[in-house]
Amino acid sequence: MKRFRRHGQESQRDRLKQELFAFNKAMEHGFPHQPSALGYSPSLKLLAIGTRSGAIKLYGAPGVEFMGLHDENAAVTQVHFMPHQVELVTLLDDNSLHMWTLRGHNGLSELLEIGRFTLTGPPGAPPSVTRVTAVLAHSSGELLLLGTEGGHVFVVEVPGFRELEERNISLDQIASSVPDDYIGRRNLEHVEALQENPVDPDQVIIGYGRGLMVIWDLEKKLAIQHIPATQQLESVCWTEDGKYILSSHSDGSYCRWMVGGQDTNEEEKSDIPYGHFPCKAISKIVQLPTEEGPPFLLFSGGMPRASYGDRHCITVIHGKKHVALDFTSRIIDFFVIRDGPEHTGEPSALVVLVEEELVVIDLQTEGWPIIQTPYLVPLHSSAITCSHHVSTIPLKLWERIFAAGKHQNAHYSKKPWPVTGGQNLAPDPPQRDLLLTGHEDGTVRFWDASGVCLYPMYKLSTAGVFHTDADPNDNMNQGTEGEWPPFRKVGCFDPYSDDPRLGIQKIHLCKYSGYLTVAGTAGQILMLELNDEAAEQTVEAKVVDLLQGQEGFRWKGHTQLDIQEDPVMFPAGFQPFAVVQCQPPAVVTALTLHSEWKLIAFGTSHGFGLYDYQQKNSVLIKCTLNPSDQLAMEGPLSRVKSIKKSLRQSFRRIRRSRVSLRKQHVNTATKLQEANARLEAELAEMELAPVQRKIEARSSDDSFTGLVRTLYFADTFLSDSSHNTPSLWAGTNGGCVFAYMLRLPSVEHRADEPVTAQLSKEIQLMHRAPVVGIVVLDGHGAPLPEPLEVAHDLARAPDMQGSHHLLVVSEEQFKVFTLPKVSAKMKLKLTAVDGSRVRRVGMAWFGSSRTEDYGESGLLVLTNQGDVHVVSLPHVKMQVHYPCIRREDVSGIASCVFTKHGQGFYLISPSEFERFSLSTRCVVEPRCLVEAPLHSGCSNQHQSQPDGASSTHRAKHDGEDAEVLQEIQKSLEGDQMSFLENNVKSAVA
Amino acid sequence: MNKNHRVPSSRSLNAVEVKSKFGAEFRRFSLERSKPGRFDEFYGLLQHVHRIPNVELLVGYADVHGDLLPINNDDNYHKAISTANPLLRLFLQRKEEADHGTFGTDSLTRKKNTVLSAVLLRPDHNKKKPPVIISLPKDFRPVSSIIDVDILPETHRRVRLYKHGQEKPLGFYIRDGSSVRVTPQGLEKVPGIFISRLVPGGLAESTGLLAVNDEVLEVNGIEVAGKSLDQVTDMMIANSHNLIITVKPANQRNNIVRSGVGGGGGAASGSSGRSSDSGASYYGYSSHSAAASIPPHIIQNFPVGELESDEDEEDLVIEAGGEAEPIRHVASNHSMSSLPRYEPHLNLRTATTPSPDRAMERGSLEEDGTVITL
Repeated sequence: MKRFRRHGQESQRDRLKQELFAFNKAMEHGFPHQPSALGYSPSLKLLAIGTRSGAIKLYGAPGVEFMGLHDENAAVTQVHFMPHQVELVTLLDDNSLHMWTLRGHNGLSELLEIGRFTLTGPPGAPPSVTRVTAVLAHSSGELLLLGTEGGHVFVVEVPGFRELEERNISLDQIASSVPDDYIGRRNLEHVEALQENPVDPDQVIIGYGRGLMVIWDLEKKLAIQHIPATQQLESVCWTEDGKYILSSHSDGSYCRWMVGGQDTNEEEKSDIPYGHFPCKAISKIVQLPTEEGPPFLLFSGGMPRASYGDRHCITVIHGKKHVALDFTSRIIDFFVIRDGPEHTGEPSALVVLVEEELVVIDLQTEGWPIIQTPYLVPLHSSAITCSHHVSTIPLKLWERIFAAGKHQNAHYSKKPWPVTGGQNLAPDPPQRDLLLTGHEDGTVRFWDASGVCLYPMYKLSTAGVFHTDADPNDNMNQGTEGEWPPFRKVGCFDPYSDDPRLGIQKIHLCKYSGYLTVAGTAGQILMLELNDEAAEQTVEAKVVDLLQGQEGFRWKGHTQLDIQEDPVMFPAGFQPFAVVQCQPPAVVTALTLHSEWKLIAFGTSHGFGLYDYQQKNSVLIKCTLNPSDQLAMEGPLSRVKSIKKSLRQSFRRIRRSRVSLRKQHVNTATKLQEANARLEAELAEMELAPVQRKIEARSSDDSFTGLVRTLYFADTFLSDSSHNTPSLWAGTNGGCVFAYMLRLPSVEHRADEPVTAQLSKEIQLMHRAPVVGIVVLDGHGAPLPEPLEVAHDLARAPDMQGSHHLLVVSEEQFKVFTLPKVSAKMKLKLTAVDGSRVRRVGMAWFGSSRTEDYGESGLLVLTNQGDVHVVSLPHVKMQVHYPCIRREDVSGIASCVFTKHGQGFYLISPSEFERFSLSTRCVVEPRCLVEAPLHSGCSNQHQSQPDGASSTHRAKHDGEDAEVLQEIQKSLEGDQMSFLENNVKSAVA
Repeated sequence: MNKNHRVPSSRSLNAVEVKSKFGAEFRRFSLERSKPGRFDEFYGLLQHVHRIPNVELLVGYADVHGDLLPINNDDNYHKAISTANPLLRLFLQRKEEADHGTFGTDSLTRKKNTVLSAVLLRPDHNKKKPPVIISLPKDFRPVSSIIDVDILPETHRRVRLYKHGQEKPLGFYIRDGSSVRVTPQGLEKVPGIFISRLVPGGLAESTGLLAVNDEVLEVNGIEVAGKSLDQVTDMMIANSHNLIITVKPANQRNNIVRSGVGGGGGAASGSSGRSSDSGASYYGYSSHSAAASIPPHIIQNFPVGELESDEDEEDLVIEAGGEAEPIRHVASNHSMSSLPRYEPHLNLRTATTPSPDRAMERGSLEEDGTVITL
């Protein structure tokens, strides 16, 4: 009996488990979801991004990353580095201020919160008195000036957040000195901007919402000058020489004011750059001098309201050059990086944080090209539909992919990444790992996932193989000659796919041969090989009818994609040479490649097929369709898809014609009310009928029992125990496993003799749960190596002497069978015990942390409850389990991908991967050091510019719409991701 | 009465004397003890000696304890021959007139005086009863039972539903809800899982043991507290071929009242089904220590997947060109518990004793020629 097992053995095993397995969530890759604030420290050369969920992330040189999370679940609205220090201050939505520092610890830096503070006003004062709207981190590094909604400026000493009441600048003090003829003197409104004089740290300018600006002397505690602007103030910028002040306003104008002793108070220059017709506000303006020649003027917004009010633009003006950078999502903030040791030289790069990406523009190279970001890359530039991880890429293939990617990056700037703070102390990654992500627009992106930075290496587009309705000039159209404003599209975030059928569903890359196969939503399977040269290819198409004469079938889904018949020019990289088109064109649900045998196997909800890509010939077609399965017969996916498509199109229309929509504002309001009422009625109905789940044994009549979930090639003992043969295994949603014996001609006749497949075994699992994984274990109980792995001397040859075992993983159980005679040997029940189901499964090798030479193979399992388990092989015993993903996070669970070394990735937002590890040996996490900058003496202190992105910057106008769009996009993605999940659930319901 | 049979046989003859009774007729013949042959030969022999070649028969014999036991396969036929002492007394009945209730093995105490007499002394009396068609034990399977009455609080009920691949749906729905528990801190509202609907004609409804608004406490020995509705759903479906759910009935008036109000437990009533013959009729939790013989009610202490539910769960494998067969467990790796409990039934020759539902399954199987279910 198990419970009487000897203690010694148990504890020894427990110790071993500790040496093998440890769970940690090491880091996040990608672009932070819903960024809300940007900060930059020129002295540290670090940039900081705050998010709406209260996270604060710091980035420096590639590999230098820090992350902190505020306890409060409030949005970060402002981030300010303390000049010349390693501290930074964040302002949250809940009006709390937080002080963070980078503290050295064991030779590494870590981001720590060291203080928090909330302004307390006089008793009885309304909350608006202390509601912080503007923050100035004073260059002395000791003071924080806080402007509030009530119009007061509070002075606080840092670190420690001690209020210096005697230095506060109250609204009364200001109001009393305002000239009598100023129109808005009755109500100056909130403090919109606080800026320090770059040449005199005692002088600050206080900009009020109503338009008035006051230059205040901190030492003398009096107003030096009043600048009576009359338009609603948006931002203030003090030129570097301290002689001028630029102010931008809500009517799309900006003004330049002379700072001087004489009380002229006349604006020196005023302009509405995109004038004539009403314009939107210029939310932030910056002017930077150059050594010789005119200064750079940069501002965001200010677009003509009627015609381009929906554009997200930053205008850069330098002499005669004038460009309106047109972003695809809302601008959060921007700053400019300058050359020189004191960061006072030529402007070199413009860094723009928009809602969905970070864009850096090289201002010193002709044409202002984009500098490719080494991190913070928007994974979701088109929605991720699947991912595939390949460990330990051979150097040769790595270099070829890298070179192919280089060709694609020709339009990027050659300049190095300008954010260079901190030192990356992480050891070089032990191996080269690739993460491949498939996207909705038919692209496959290759990411260097070896280390801390998820770096984009190469992008493959499959759309060129097909005729699509998409207009190639639709997205990146450069502004036509003479267009005003002079738009230039920047950024790669484009979530709109013109043809969802292009979406990539399955990817399989053979790292030894460089063969790649990808399969998509409309039943298309592409075979590609790596070519270092651009080449013109005619892609051969093979249509495979998976129905095999099945009666009574009606496919109501989408049509297949039209394949280009003429030769197509493909750039260097992966080039398609064969296409298999499944009929009916249902989404491909399983795909595998055997590069040694030159075969691919693919499956849909109707059946599976085997294709010989050397002879370009179909070897086997098997229909798994259950005639009583109405859903699979008609193709319900199509309906979902078409709804999605039409939604997308309609939103696109809305986006394009927001102006006309505005006119019907009243109309939409009533519509909204109607919709709300309907929703409430539906909710009330749901209250009455609580959620129910039907308890019913699975039967063969359930829907999608024929859906092929997994395919597997193995060289094993299928018919007798003395001869191993190539075999193909397929597992279906209905708990059925098919095994085919394959006959491959000898190498010299491989090209002309046919490959044959013969059904050898069929196993019906009685619990009928979907088969999600099939693995053959060799005589040692280790999984069979990948094709070509042994040939390349990278894996031990499998043990062909002992008896092989077959491991079948269903959503509910792990079962080990003997081979060649299939009899049950061991099993582990998961669902019957704790009600969780297997969502993802992967083989992994775990090395011991104690000794180099010990390791075990294990099965990595992710359940629908979001837990990860390690199951031992070949005894299928539960080893460890950890909660990993929230169970409600269906798209996170659906996106999970395991590596061969016990790590995993899953999407925590459409744009971010979380990286976790279950291995003690393989952990990738940032290890970096940031040292406090040397104080460069008092005289230089005056020269230092205020922190780049320190002014408040809000772009309320488009915010809400963008948010709605994003929500819908997200839910649609979730919808798709969770398709299988829903399918199972609906079978249960 | 037993005395006669308990006398140890002094003669170890090679021949077994057989006395066979069909209706009012007796036939006597002998069989070789060492070479009894197979059951179907024996069956043919019986039809021959009684000259009833086309009559479907039920064959029974009186064993040493005086129980009337069936002979319907090789195993029990051999058993009957080997234990004949020295006379093997057979009782033949026409199948359509059969009174199966007379068979019994666990009826030692209750029936040992009646079984034989019923057949031997008053056979005609039996026949005069209106012919109630009740099938043999092998022809029916338990559909549901209340189990573990002796160890559960009176307010709870543990119900076992046997799905066994039959056509009838399990047929119930569950929902989220909240129940009130008494805790040291007072009454507390906790989330719970409840039966929300019974499908008319389903297994759950037909047993009458489950009702709408019963709170589900355990599924196959595992508490559902802290688990989500979906988790519990998945657990139930995963166990659907042999589902044991412990409920707190919404209607507490129909609870099984233990013998003697406030008594110390004592004998469980007959309705406690399987557990009553599992030898654990003592009250309380002392039975947990009796780990050697594992009564089915301590599943909650079990390494899961060991005891229960393997019986109906043999996966099928079809070898190329061959016929389907259930996958047997490799003996070395599995304890006794994996021996299918219903194996004797499964080994029945369908040719001689076709059971209706099995025959039907065969039929459906032949249609597509691929799947065979047990």
